[in-house]
Amino acid sequence: MSYVVERPKLTLAERMYFPSILKGLSITFGHLFRFVTGKGKVTMSYPEEKWDDSLPEHYRGAPTLVTDEHGRERCVACQLCEFICPPRAITILPEPIPAGEAFAKVEKRPKAFEIDMIRCIYCGMCEEVCPEQAIFLRKDYAITGTSRAEMVHDKTRLYQLGGVREGLVNKWNPLK
Amino acid sequence: MDWFFIISSGVKIAVITFGIILPLVALSSLAERKVSAFIQDRIGPNRVGIPMTLLGGKKDIAFFGLVQPLADGLKFILKEDFTPKHVRKFYFWLAPALVLVPALLTVGVIPFGSTLKLLGHHVPLVIADLNIGPLFVFAISSLGVYGIVLAGWASNSKYPFLGGVRSSSQMISYEIALGLSVIPVLMIFQELNLGAIVRFQDKNGWLLLPLWGDGLSLQRWLLLVPLAISFVVFTVSIFAETNRMPFDLPECETELVAGYHTEYSSMKFALFFLGEYAAMIVGSGLIVTLFLGGWSIPFGDKIGLGFEAAQNTWWVGLLHLGCFLTKVVAFIFFFMWVRWTLPRFRFDQLMRLGWVFFFEIALFNVFLTALILMLVK
Repeated sequence: MSYVVERPKLTLAERMYFPSILKGLSITFGHLFRFVTGKGKVTMSYPEEKWDDSLPEHYRGAPTLVTDEHGRERCVACQLCEFICPPRAITILPEPIPAGEAFAKVEKRPKAFEIDMIRCIYCGMCEEVCPEQAIFLRKDYAITGTSRAEMVHDKTRLYQLGGVREGLVNKWNPLK
Repeated sequence: MDWFFIISSGVKIAVITFGIILPLVALSSLAERKVSAFIQDRIGPNRVGIPMTLLGGKKDIAFFGLVQPLADGLKFILKEDFTPKHVRKFYFWLAPALVLVPALLTVGVIPFGSTLKLLGHHVPLVIADLNIGPLFVFAISSLGVYGIVLAGWASNSKYPFLGGVRSSSQMISYEIALGLSVIPVLMIFQELNLGAIVRFQDKNGWLLLPLWGDGLSLQRWLLLVPLAISFVVFTVSIFAETNRMPFDLPECETELVAGYHTEYSSMKFALFFLGEYAAMIVGSGLIVTLFLGGWSIPFGDKIGLGFEAAQNTWWVGLLHLGCFLTKVVAFIFFFMWVRWTLPRFRFDQLMRLGWVFFFEIALFNVFLTALILMLVK
């Protein structure tokens, strides 16, 4: 079955074309006028004005590692984030925690934890999958570097960005 | 032919080309970007200023991006001037010049001001006071199409060729409407000298604003009808002739990559760019001269700022120059405003508009004007 779409009947004014042109011109001039008089501004001059203060709580910036209130690194090197990472940006080298150390009960920790920020797509799946709530997406978005090597965040850098998280953080909090 | 005439002509050529047209081209390329930005609620280029950081200062002085054209020009000069292997070299190199030169040549007959009193001489502010003003402009400016066609053909590739073909058919179609729409104007003035045309409007009211002198007659007010038609047809045709936005089919980024200048880079591309803007300025100048009183100030003749005043005092001449440039700049703004408002026509629509509507309307308009001129004294 076929539908017949009626072409709209144009009025004389529409067929004359000029009224529509004038209408269009008045619309664009309205935008120009509002902008010049300072009422229609929507663009932010980026390096001078930043939107850091108005970032939403659930903003997904650079992934980072956190330590808990006792100074223990929360990551137990289960490598779930490494496996789920869609662009394979995360590389973890686990090592056993030797007996006698403060947190020997945890058994495992990452010897090396690297996130390649050139690969990272800021999807937040690592944060979602982490059973220990050790990896969080922070609000840092301007991750830059002058070489590829510089763009790979190693463990020290990740902890430096992540800082300390206290208490149990509700992983399924809709905002985070 | 005295020495003063020769020297003053040389100075006028230098000043008008390098002091008015080229800076105006540079600034209108910036204005284009600014106007487009404002219309689209953006800010536009606002960074390039005086690079104080290069000179050891702390902070650049931005100046609202007014130095942007300089940076653009520098970029064009420093870019690699690449000539593809497959082009026809001679014509490929000739084409950009053929676009720019006619556009700059037509500047010669446009009166930029009334007359400047200088060292006891009266210097008319027009390079060549020809008695065939508008005809000269049409004749020379239509040579510009050779540049575009040659660029399209010499590039020896598909899209530039299509651009060149489109350009030539568009130019031919709108040349007719352009020529016919200006006939009523010339019938009213009975004069082809652009300087004399402006002096007439200075005394008797602008063609589209007959509010003083002989302009306050029934005939002139009745003539407003055909003149308005003439004005619209002429303006639209100028848009088509200068390949500006609703009619920029020779360029047509969405269909033809960049049209006739696809294969061009660096300064050769810049020449096309300059040519387009120079043609736009001359087109605005011509419309202003014919319909909007050229350099004349509204009621200038009545309040002592008319042509006679310029004969005696030097600053009135400068005032007229300023008035002309203001009108031209306003019209260039109109060009940009239209560009960022209207979408591009389809090619068959363009041809239809040119041949089926404008040609007939302009022709009918000639008879209407003749009728009014004959019946109403």
